[in-house]
Amino acid sequence: MSGLTVKRLVAGYGGDPVLREVDFEVQEGGLLAVLGPSGCGKTTLLRVLAGFHPASSGEVWLGERQLTADVPPERRGIGIVPQEGALFPHLSVAGNVGFGLRRGERGARVEELLDLVGLSGFGARMPGELSGGQAQRVALARALAPRPGVVLLDEPFSALDAGLREELRADVRATLRSAGATALLVTHDQEEALGMADLVAVLRDGAVAQLARPQTIYSSPADLGVALFVGEAVTFSGIARSGLVRTPLGTLPVSGEGHGTVLLRPEQLILGTDGVPSIVEDVLFHGHDASVLLRLADGTRVRSRVQGGVTGRAGDTVAVSVNGTALFFGDMP
Amino acid sequence: MAVLPLVYLVVRSFERGGSVVWDVLARTRTAELALRSLTLAVSVTAACLVLGVLSAWLVARSDLPGRRAFGVLLVLPLAVPSYVAGFTWISVVPDLTGFAGAFVVLTLVSYPYVLLPVAAALRTADPSVEEVARSLGRTRRQVFFAVTVRQIRPAALAGGLLVALYVLSDFGAVSLMRYEAFTLGIYTSYRATFDRTPAAILGLVLVVLAIALTVGERRARGLVAHRGRRQPSAAPLGRARVPALAGTIALVLLTLGVPVVSLAWWLAAGTSTFSVTDVLATTGNTVAVSAFGALLTLLLALPVGILAARHQGRLARGVELAGFAGHALPGITVGLALVFFGIRFAPALYQTVPMLAFAYAVLFLPLAVGAVRTGVAHAPPVLEDVSRSLGHGRWRTGLRVTVPLAAPGVLAGTALVFLTCAKELPATLLLRPTGVDTLATELWTRTEVAAYAAAAPYAAVLLVVAAIPAVALDRFLLQDDSRR
Repeated sequence: MSGLTVKRLVAGYGGDPVLREVDFEVQEGGLLAVLGPSGCGKTTLLRVLAGFHPASSGEVWLGERQLTADVPPERRGIGIVPQEGALFPHLSVAGNVGFGLRRGERGARVEELLDLVGLSGFGARMPGELSGGQAQRVALARALAPRPGVVLLDEPFSALDAGLREELRADVRATLRSAGATALLVTHDQEEALGMADLVAVLRDGAVAQLARPQTIYSSPADLGVALFVGEAVTFSGIARSGLVRTPLGTLPVSGEGHGTVLLRPEQLILGTDGVPSIVEDVLFHGHDASVLLRLADGTRVRSRVQGGVTGRAGDTVAVSVNGTALFFGDMP
Repeated sequence: MAVLPLVYLVVRSFERGGSVVWDVLARTRTAELALRSLTLAVSVTAACLVLGVLSAWLVARSDLPGRRAFGVLLVLPLAVPSYVAGFTWISVVPDLTGFAGAFVVLTLVSYPYVLLPVAAALRTADPSVEEVARSLGRTRRQVFFAVTVRQIRPAALAGGLLVALYVLSDFGAVSLMRYEAFTLGIYTSYRATFDRTPAAILGLVLVVLAIALTVGERRARGLVAHRGRRQPSAAPLGRARVPALAGTIALVLLTLGVPVVSLAWWLAAGTSTFSVTDVLATTGNTVAVSAFGALLTLLLALPVGILAARHQGRLARGVELAGFAGHALPGITVGLALVFFGIRFAPALYQTVPMLAFAYAVLFLPLAVGAVRTGVAHAPPVLEDVSRSLGHGRWRTGLRVTVPLAAPGVLAGTALVFLTCAKELPATLLLRPTGVDTLATELWTRTEVAAYAAAAPYAAVLLVVAAIPAVALDRFLLQDDSRR
C-alpha cells in the first residue's frame, strides 16, 4: 500500500472542464472521503485516477510512482469497487475474488479475503445468490485481493437499505483498516463521509472547497456553502460589530465584522425556561431525538434538535437559548 | 449496404420514365391487388386482435385450468411457416382456397403476434389501478373496458401491426391458396411477362404500404402503461369456465392439431411416393445455404449491434427503427431487388449461394442486430473497467469477461437467424441457384401441383425446424424466471 497524491488535476469532456485544479493527498493506510453533490465531478475524478479517462493536466502520484496518462488501468495498481458491486455474473464468488490473482496464488488468498469480509464458505456461490450487502463485500474482497496501492469506492452503499448501510459502513471501515489499505470513498451522503473517513474533501464545481478532518468540516466549515452542505443549519443574516451580532435569538458573540450570515446547528438551540420566547409549531419525533419547529416573536421559523427531555407540543410557548458559539460568514464584497 | 438493393429497385422502376410507373400504378389490376391485400390484412388483423386479446386474458388473468400449458401451446403456431400451415390445410380441405383459405391460415399462424405482447402487458400492468376502479364502484366488466383495455392498447396495437405486416408480405399462404394478393401478383408478373419493370414498381408499392402502416401504428400507440410490482390475482371464470376451456382447446386443435394430423396422414399414406435421399439432399442444401446466410448476417450485425449496445442515442434509436423496417420489408421485394441488382451489376453472382446469403442478410439483419445488442448488453462496460483495474489488459478482458457474457445471446440470435433462413420462401424462390432446392421451395413446388404426399416429408422437416426456436426460447424464458 502507498499514499495517493493528486496535484492540480484538470479533466473534462470536450472543451468543458469537469475537474478544475483538484489537489489532495491520502496518507498511506488512510481513508479519504470525497463528498459532493451529484454533478460535482466525483465520478470523473475516480475515472481519471483509475485510468479510464485522461486528465487534461496535473499529476497523480501513487507513492513514489507517477501515474501518467500512458499508464493503462491494468498497470496502475488501483482497485475499484463500483456502485452495486458489479460482480462478474458468470463467475462464482471465489472466481470473482480470484479474478485479479495469478493462478498459483488464488486458493489461499481468496480464502483469506473471504474471511476478512466475513464471507468464508461463500466461495462456491454465484453472484445471483447473494444479497446486496454480501455482493458489496465480495466486490471489496475482489478489489483488495491483488494488494492494490489504493482502493477507490464509488458510492458503494447507495443501493442498500438504511439499516444495512450503517452496518456495512462499519464493516468496510474495519476491513480496510485490517488490510492496511489506502482508500478513497466517493459519496454524496454527508453522514457517510463524516462517519467513515479520516479526512473529508468537499468537492464543489470541480474543485476542493475544503479538505479537513470530519469534525473540523462540521464545526469550522470553510464557507457558508460547505456549512450548509454538510449538515442541517439555522441561519440569520446580520451585521457584526465589535464581535457581536443581533439575531432573533438574541445578541450572539461571533468572530468577524460587517454584513454576513450567522449559522447555528439545530442541536445548539436549547429549549428550556431561559431565553427568547417562541411558539412550538410542530414536533417531528425521530426516536432517538426529535426536531422541534419553532416560530419566534418576529415570525422567523427555526428548527431545534432535542435529545429526549422537554419537547413540548404544538401551541406551547417555550424559551430558546443558544449553546456554544455561532459561526459567522461575512458577505462576499 | 442493406438499403442498396432497395435504392436500385427505385432506380429500376423509374428507368423508363415516370409515365411507365404511372401506367402500372393506374392499371385496374394494381388497384385490385392492393384492395385484395388490404382486405386480407384488415380482416386477419381484426380476427387476430379478437383471438389474441381473448386468449391472452385467459392465459394471463383467468383461472382457466392448465393455463400454463396453454400459454406455451397457444404461442407455438407462430413458428409454423404460413406455407406449411397452408399445405396442411389445403391437403385436408382442398376446397378451402382463395380468400377464405388465406384468411383462416394466416389468422391461425399470426394471432400469437397479438397474444404475446398483450399477455405480457396484462402480467405487468399495475393491478392496483384496476383495484382502485373497483373500489370506486365499477363492476369487473366495466373495469375491463374502462381500465384494462387502455392498459393493453399499446401492446395490442403493436401486435396488430406485426400481424398486418406479416399478412401484407406473406407469399406462402396466399400463393398456395391462390388468392391473388400483392405478393403473388408481383411473383406472377415477374414470371409471366418479359417486361419486369411492373414487378419492380409493384414491389415498391408494397414497401410503401408497409412503411405507412408502421408509421401509422407508432402515431396511434400512445403512452405505455404504468408497470406494477405485484402479480394481479386470477379472475374466476365461473360458469364461463367450460366454454372457455372448450374454445381454447379448439384453438389449439385448429392451429397445431390440423398440421400434425394432416402431416401424419400424408406421411403414412404416401411412403412410396418420395425418396429419403431426396429429402436428405434437400435438407443438406437448406442447412448449407442457411448456415452461410446466418454467418454473413452475423458478420454484418456484429459491429452495428456492438455500437448500438454501447452508445445510446441516435444510433440505438436507428437500430430500433430498422427492426421495424425489417418486419416491413417483404421477402419478395428484397428477392426481386437483388435479382435486378445481380443481373445488372454482378452477373457472376446472380443465382449463386453468396447472392442468396446476401438476401438473407438484408432480410434478417435487424433480427441479428437485436440479438447482438441484447447479448452485449449482458456485459456492461463497468465489468470491463473492473477487470482492467484488476490487472487484465484489453484483450484478456474481452476474452475473460465480454465474450463469455455476450456469447450466449449472440449465439442464440445466430441460431434463430439460421432457422429463419431455413424457412424463408419467396426470396429463396427467386434467388436460389438453378438445381439447388431448399425444404421451403420443394414443399412449395410440390404443393403447387397438388402432389401432397410428396410434399409431406418436407413439411414435416420444416415443422421440426420451426419448433426448435420455440422450444428453446421457452427454456430460455424459464431459466430467466428461476434466476430472479
